[in-house]
Amino acid sequence: MTETPTSASAATPSEFAVGHEFPAFERESGFAHWNRYAAVNDEFIGIHMDDDEGRAAGYPAAFGMGNLTWAYFHIALHRWLGDDCRIVSLSTQFRGAVVRGTRVMVRGTVTGTRTEGAEELVEVTLRAEDADGRTLAPAAAVVAVPTGDASTGRETPDGTAAGHA
Amino acid sequence: MDEATSWITEEMRGLIGRPFNQARSYPVSASDIRKWAIAVYYPDPPPAHYYDEDAAGTGVHGGIVAPEDFNPFAWLSAEPGMAARRGTFDPDWLEHRFGIAGPGLATNLNAGLNTTYGPRIRPGDVISSKSQVVSYAEKQGRMGRMLITVIRTVWINQDGTTVKTVDQTAIRY
Repeated sequence: MTETPTSASAATPSEFAVGHEFPAFERESGFAHWNRYAAVNDEFIGIHMDDDEGRAAGYPAAFGMGNLTWAYFHIALHRWLGDDCRIVSLSTQFRGAVVRGTRVMVRGTVTGTRTEGAEELVEVTLRAEDADGRTLAPAAAVVAVPTGDASTGRETPDGTAAGHA
Repeated sequence: MDEATSWITEEMRGLIGRPFNQARSYPVSASDIRKWAIAVYYPDPPPAHYYDEDAAGTGVHGGIVAPEDFNPFAWLSAEPGMAARRGTFDPDWLEHRFGIAGPGLATNLNAGLNTTYGPRIRPGDVISSKSQVVSYAEKQGRMGRMLITVIRTVWINQDGTTVKTVDQTAIRY
């Protein structure tokens, strides 16, 4: 199984340009992922654990937690914009179930930027989609990214890591 | 149920704006954060600032912080405590929490989240939560007629700072 690594972001300031598309963040979907999430969030609900329950709800099999896709949006944003970025707001609509076996791909595009104090606010349009490009969950975020000396966790323009633990 | 009859009763409309689900977490532990991060980052290891105190202490956060999506109320809260735990998921849990009848639909799904974040949650934080019903509505969807419920929840830390405000949309059918 190949999944996208989740190391700190390598985004550079030039990648905050409007229209920039970040590399997709990918995850497989199945009981190995969902049971771990159920274990920490006490989310042991039949539709996430039993194919029959998923079918009873109108889907071809068990399907994943929306909350886990939600977590993937956060992980993707930090991967793209750094451990030190601050997610100001995030919203999504869960439009398609992440049915067992679905490969989830989180994609993001910069749609706006503005500077407020020592932070650059980056507006990102995201979507979780399956391997066929069907949208599972559109999303939008505003992320504050430190500028200048305050920046850590992303690569500097010369490619060296800036203050990352 | 007769299709011409709304699922949204007068009793349910009366819930709009009323506070409920008031809860206080136990102090957040670093172990809770570690387990959460390992689960959501699976199969990759999470970043060090979620599990390694030494690495986190020299990083941008100055110590371990929780992922933004961390839930300090999972499993059990200090208030209302063990008696409030539910053994199975009830699609009408909201109305039943107020002691009124719900629509009796079989499925209740998370349809969306709209969140604004404040400071990150850290080990030792005690989070207080309060919710209110924002709206009920009905619409047609892929599964036929659906009941849409929006619930707003605000989390405040021990310093009185809002760490999260979330509007969650649920669909029932």
